[in-house]
Amino acid sequence: MRNVTTSVGCACAAVALMAGLATSVSAESLTIGISAEATSVDPHFHNLTPNNQIATHIFGGLVNQDSKQTMLPGLAVSWKPIDDLTWEFKLREGVKFHDGTDFNADDVVCSFTRAPDVPNSPSSFGTYTKGKTVVKVDDMTVHIKTETPYPVMVNDVSLIHIVSNEKGCSGTTEQFNNGDVTVGTGPYKFVSYTPGEKIVLTGNPDYWGDKPVFSDVTLRPIKSSPSRVAALLAGDVDMIDGVPTADLATLKKNDDLQISEGVSNRVIYLHLDHFRDDSPFVKAKDGGPIKNPLRDAKVRKAISMAISREAIAERVMEGQAIPAGQLLPDGFFGVSENLKPMEYDAKGAKALLTEAGYPDGFQLRIHGPNDRYINDAKIAEAIAQMLTRVGVQTDVETMPRSVYFKRASRGSPEGLPEFSFVLVGWGAGSGEASSPLRALLHTYDKDRGFGASNRGRYSNAEVDKLIEEALATVDDAKRQDLLAKATEIAIEDGGIIPLHYQVNAWAAKKGISYRARTDEQTRAYDVFKE
Amino acid sequence: MSEFMIRRFFQSAIVILAMSAIVFFGVNVVGDPVDMLINPEADQADIEATIRALGLDRPIGEQYLFFLKGIWVGDFGKSFIFGQPALQLILQRMPATMELAFAALFLSIIIGIPLGLFAGLKPESKVSKGIMASSIMGFSLPTFWVGLMMIIIFAVELGWLPSTGRGDTATFLGITSSLFTLDGLSHVCLPAFNLALLKISLVVRLTRAGTREAVHQDYIKFARAKGLSNRRIVGVHLLKNILIPVVTVIGLEFGSLIAFSVVTETIFAWPGMGKLLIESILVLDRPVIVAYLMIIVALFVFINLVVDIVYSLLDPRVRLRDQGA
Repeated sequence: MRNVTTSVGCACAAVALMAGLATSVSAESLTIGISAEATSVDPHFHNLTPNNQIATHIFGGLVNQDSKQTMLPGLAVSWKPIDDLTWEFKLREGVKFHDGTDFNADDVVCSFTRAPDVPNSPSSFGTYTKGKTVVKVDDMTVHIKTETPYPVMVNDVSLIHIVSNEKGCSGTTEQFNNGDVTVGTGPYKFVSYTPGEKIVLTGNPDYWGDKPVFSDVTLRPIKSSPSRVAALLAGDVDMIDGVPTADLATLKKNDDLQISEGVSNRVIYLHLDHFRDDSPFVKAKDGGPIKNPLRDAKVRKAISMAISREAIAERVMEGQAIPAGQLLPDGFFGVSENLKPMEYDAKGAKALLTEAGYPDGFQLRIHGPNDRYINDAKIAEAIAQMLTRVGVQTDVETMPRSVYFKRASRGSPEGLPEFSFVLVGWGAGSGEASSPLRALLHTYDKDRGFGASNRGRYSNAEVDKLIEEALATVDDAKRQDLLAKATEIAIEDGGIIPLHYQVNAWAAKKGISYRARTDEQTRAYDVFKE
Repeated sequence: MSEFMIRRFFQSAIVILAMSAIVFFGVNVVGDPVDMLINPEADQADIEATIRALGLDRPIGEQYLFFLKGIWVGDFGKSFIFGQPALQLILQRMPATMELAFAALFLSIIIGIPLGLFAGLKPESKVSKGIMASSIMGFSLPTFWVGLMMIIIFAVELGWLPSTGRGDTATFLGITSSLFTLDGLSHVCLPAFNLALLKISLVVRLTRAGTREAVHQDYIKFARAKGLSNRRIVGVHLLKNILIPVVTVIGLEFGSLIAFSVVTETIFAWPGMGKLLIESILVLDRPVIVAYLMIIVALFVFINLVVDIVYSLLDPRVRLRDQGA
């Protein structure tokens, strides 16, 4: 009977060896283990990073974002505003879809019509198309008209993928998933999609830009971080994204691997309760009621000073973060040159608290998610310790994001933000500063769509005015100044407290490296061989 | 008899209805799926449009009635994140889970029974003691830890087996499965063994206990006195008698192998139902969670119904007691 057991073991080992021989990879193929799975191949179904990163392989927009989110010509070769309300896009000549049909203005018009109108879409692309009318002027020219001046047109346009007028525009999400209508103009062609298992692509030799390096690309979702690392070490995948910070030091020492790192457009920051005098999670030193001290700018500054961003970046994030002084890292459009990360100064923080009338501090609770950002719960704990050291006795409550975000945004009985002091992050999908400014720091205004994620309900008329002015200024230089000015006022006033910018890491086997993207996407087109 | 069966059938229907309410309301009080689904850059109007599109703006009671109406025609609702019918999503993932469960079942039988027999026949030998000690480890070591260790040893260090994922599939007799290809088999080895570990320990212990009891029975002694070969005594007479409880338990455990292989599927990135369930829970894809749980509830209720009916056929006292109550 032991024979049986041994023979099963042998069979397994034999199968393994044979399979190992069979799957030895050719030099041109690339398998990537990705941490987040797309919910569909339909480029207009779900406006979420994992979906958009798949779409950029197969499709592509009029404008493309490079790895630093700079706007580059895509299916449009040039664009300009011809008056306050109209943008003109000149299309690229001679581009063919994967099925051989020609690309022209009809494809653009129908893609912009389809994008906001996909049945059952959980998060619609209407966010980027609303208020815009796309008009075909001739085969190679389109005009996009708006009702009010719209300077971030190019950023919005870069997020809409162009599908074929003959196929994609009348296709259903299901037809995209099974490949019936999945033809784009992108660097990779669609081969197959098996939900939960893999997406297979093949290089498009007729791509209009630089030819894709790999002839076969497989994207395999492996959600569990240790398994993803193991798959790379075992050689089952050539590259992974979302390298866990805890493993990074070990992986860096491994000579068979190559790590690519890059700062992201995601800032991790703190919201403070600006709108309630009686804030639910702030109490006096003795636990009694207290008039919300977070409404005092001095207290907000003291809190910011009490946090050592260097310590968080070095210890908690193991180097996977850069201390932040504003909403986006250097190099992005609309950042201020004057803002630097707040210096750590515990004594100064104590002095400020005393000056503000809280020599003994007060009690505070920080809320944060524990499965959303890199090391989010640990960051919240570190902040609580740092604040407690200057007298603001802080305790921590973290929860899964599925529960957290509802409570943080509209959890109180009146539908207002429930917490007093929250840890959140913001990634600027458009790659410029108006995105976080209008969502986080403009006064909450449901009717006009401002302050949708303003969970502290910060409100400053001067900041509002600057943001609105910027959003109506088409001139780039002027807009840059307005956005920078708005950021400076809001940050110096303690509207939010920025902590750090996340640094993302990709690990690949020797000989392959990744052009780290600020939008945190993983694209085969940014992988290159050395 | 038919009266009994009709009554049992109605009782089952009531159980399923009650469970549907518990599951539906239970899942619906947790968090808000809208925050999981929508792009953070969407403004308030977009968020409200999504809430309306998903029907989450209606009162919860109305949502429940709508859900019941759907079930009546076999529609469990559409997945929030995939936009496909929840039932279809689950059925799509079912083959992967089934093959994993069958492979695990196969391993637990083929490894568990011989080891258990050996331990039962030679209880004093060192090997038997080793087997019993390992079976305790099989019970007590957490699945996710063992899974990771197995990946590190067999995939990373030794490089014998692939670390994660499902292999190529082939179609044989109308069934498409990865069990029919070499690549598929090599992929299924580690997760199936990981999933089987607990069952192997269970089978070892059951078989050993049965064997220890049976070897002292008169029919074994008689067989020995008759001069039958040891092989025949163990292989035919002993095995036949101890297998009944083992088969019963394995059958019951098979249900839980199918329904709750969540941890193994997650560690090994196995595209089965368990992974779908846990991912749906993480992003609050309510229709999928509810549909999954309802299917499992229906499965177990059905098993119980069959068992009850079989009992009543075998034992009239069950019927009589039921009428008296």
